[in-house]
Amino acid sequence: MAEYPTEPLKCWQKAKELRNEYYRSYEQARDKGGLRWSGSAWAFDAVPVGLGRDVRCITGEPYGASCAFDKPLSSKYLKAAENYGFARDLCSYMRNYWGSIILDEYAFGGKFPKPDFSWSQHICCSHAKWYQNACELEGGDVPLYVVDVGAGACPPFESEMHPHRIDYVAGQLMDGIDWLEKVTGRQFNDELFLEAAWNDMRSTSRWAEICMLNRNTPAPLDEKSIYSLYVFGVLEKSNGDFADFYDELYEEVKDRAERGIAAVPNEKVRWMSDTQPPWGFLKIYRYMEEWGAVSVGSLYTYGLTGMWIYDAERNDLKPRPLPERRPRTREEGCRMLADWHLGKPEYQHFYHPEYKTKMMDAIAKNWNCDGIILHYNRGCEGLSTGIAENRLGLLKRGNKVMTYEGNMGDEREFDETATINRIDIFLETLGLRRPA
Amino acid sequence: MTVAGIDCGAKNTKTVLMRDSRIIGKASVPTGFDQEQAVERSLTGALEAAGIERAELGRIGGTGSGKNSIPGMDSNVNDINAMARAANYFFPAGRTVTDVGAEEGRAVKIDEAGAVVDFAINEKCAAGAGAFIEAMGRALEVPLEEMGPLALSSEREIPMNAQCAIFAESEVVGLIHSKTEVKDISKAIHDAMASRIVSMIRRVGVNEDVVMLGGVGRNPGFVESMRRELNLERIHIPDEPEYGAAVGAAVVAAAEAETGD
Repeated sequence: MAEYPTEPLKCWQKAKELRNEYYRSYEQARDKGGLRWSGSAWAFDAVPVGLGRDVRCITGEPYGASCAFDKPLSSKYLKAAENYGFARDLCSYMRNYWGSIILDEYAFGGKFPKPDFSWSQHICCSHAKWYQNACELEGGDVPLYVVDVGAGACPPFESEMHPHRIDYVAGQLMDGIDWLEKVTGRQFNDELFLEAAWNDMRSTSRWAEICMLNRNTPAPLDEKSIYSLYVFGVLEKSNGDFADFYDELYEEVKDRAERGIAAVPNEKVRWMSDTQPPWGFLKIYRYMEEWGAVSVGSLYTYGLTGMWIYDAERNDLKPRPLPERRPRTREEGCRMLADWHLGKPEYQHFYHPEYKTKMMDAIAKNWNCDGIILHYNRGCEGLSTGIAENRLGLLKRGNKVMTYEGNMGDEREFDETATINRIDIFLETLGLRRPA
Repeated sequence: MTVAGIDCGAKNTKTVLMRDSRIIGKASVPTGFDQEQAVERSLTGALEAAGIERAELGRIGGTGSGKNSIPGMDSNVNDINAMARAANYFFPAGRTVTDVGAEEGRAVKIDEAGAVVDFAINEKCAAGAGAFIEAMGRALEVPLEEMGPLALSSEREIPMNAQCAIFAESEVVGLIHSKTEVKDISKAIHDAMASRIVSMIRRVGVNEDVVMLGGVGRNPGFVESMRRELNLERIHIPDEPEYGAAVGAAVVAAAEAETGD
């Protein structure tokens, strides 16, 4: 069979540099007179930007994933967390993060850079305790502010985005700004905040447009690469450099799609996944590519960094367009951010697994996927909720589905041989032949 | 053409020789630690049973967890495909297949040609595998081959937690201490395991013609528990169910020989 043309991504190196700079700038922020904060990747990171451009952050989930990618490092951190007394069945990102603090070791070299404050949000039961414990491990003197986003699902899963839901979240952000001024002694700059809020909406809307380009056959991006690119939306989605990078990436991927440039030249079968992969074993993606099976994305990478609108009538997902204008006041900025993020696809399935099934089915159908692989991820209670229900729902909708058991951040719970065996079986049921 | 199907399993290695869709020889040996040696002994035994020379073998199909240790393997057959093809070979009407081996339980939905439509494999847990009954037999101090007949002699229903082999063993010890008869405990063990396997079968869908393969098919207590749990008149089991996967591998090897793959 003829192969598609392929070529490396031109902006790959820039993506690496931006990511390295992110972790370096957090570490060095204090040396330059700035401040450091830690918090969830889901946090409203646009808000602390109002304290100044020299305020840098580190988000826990991608940090945990980076640790997990390096198996010996991760093993050390997980053991440290367990020796401290934390249970092994807790969020594995969180345990990697805590282990790193306990050993006072930054995964990118040197001592763990203690934050000046923590700014997070409650999205799942683990996140509710993550930074409470982290602050205690860091000496008990790191002030913590957490925004609760348990306000209900967005339309069309529920009839409307009730104003009181936006009031609830925006009110916490407004209070949070007062809190930030109090604990840092800095005056909040509304202009900086409003610019960051707009960048947040820019980057997350643009990311969805980038994912749309992967409807193309051959897919211009494979999910291994997507993992290295979606990450900016979970590192700091309000970062202007990241929003600009996504504009640049969009142009390049659009060009690849127009010219028929494939991420994987022997693309024969397209598949998608649901949630985080076992980060220490991304080689299973490469293994499947040898068969000609390409992962074109997941609800996780599309819907955590991207902002979408689910069209129930057409069973389709469309990028959420930017609001008609930028926010003009602090209150308007908080309200627009609340409205924007409460519509995040990855929030919805916390309310009912059926919502996730519908969005995944929409991806499977509209991105022309031949199969779906679901990860029974023991490392993430939040995003694993209802996966068995999703399997049944996706099967009922005519999709071919495989499951495997593992852990995004704890290699001890991933059985490579058994998983490869399942993959072989699944790919054969999709009509592929074992490569010679 | 004569083909060989070799199933290098966790506990035993089985070889089946097939010519013109007929089984002409077979042998089974314990796998032990040296898988290659087990394959060699099993293949030699099957050749002796068939009374043919190795040079007469046209093709070898391999399956099982140790299949990569099969020298000269021409057809690499995954476990699920092997059981699907074997079920179709023995019982062409069968559409639901279950195979309980020493380390893994599986369920497969197949079409009329024996092709896999959907499948399920038990997650990492001994409670869904043949090793579960062995472990419980040790706790009861009853030889494995006596476990099934003992269970058949009981009419009591004792619910048992088979979600975990370790906890189930604790329950067995508790039942022993409460002076429960051994035959009743044995039935409870088989019922618990059957319940777990059947829930996996239901994930792929139950058809009236259910085929059971794997060594556990020789255990009458387990088969009866499965039949009750599935609410079926009977379950189709070949005479020597432990050779199921090897037969499937031979069927695939023969088919690939025909198509020249």
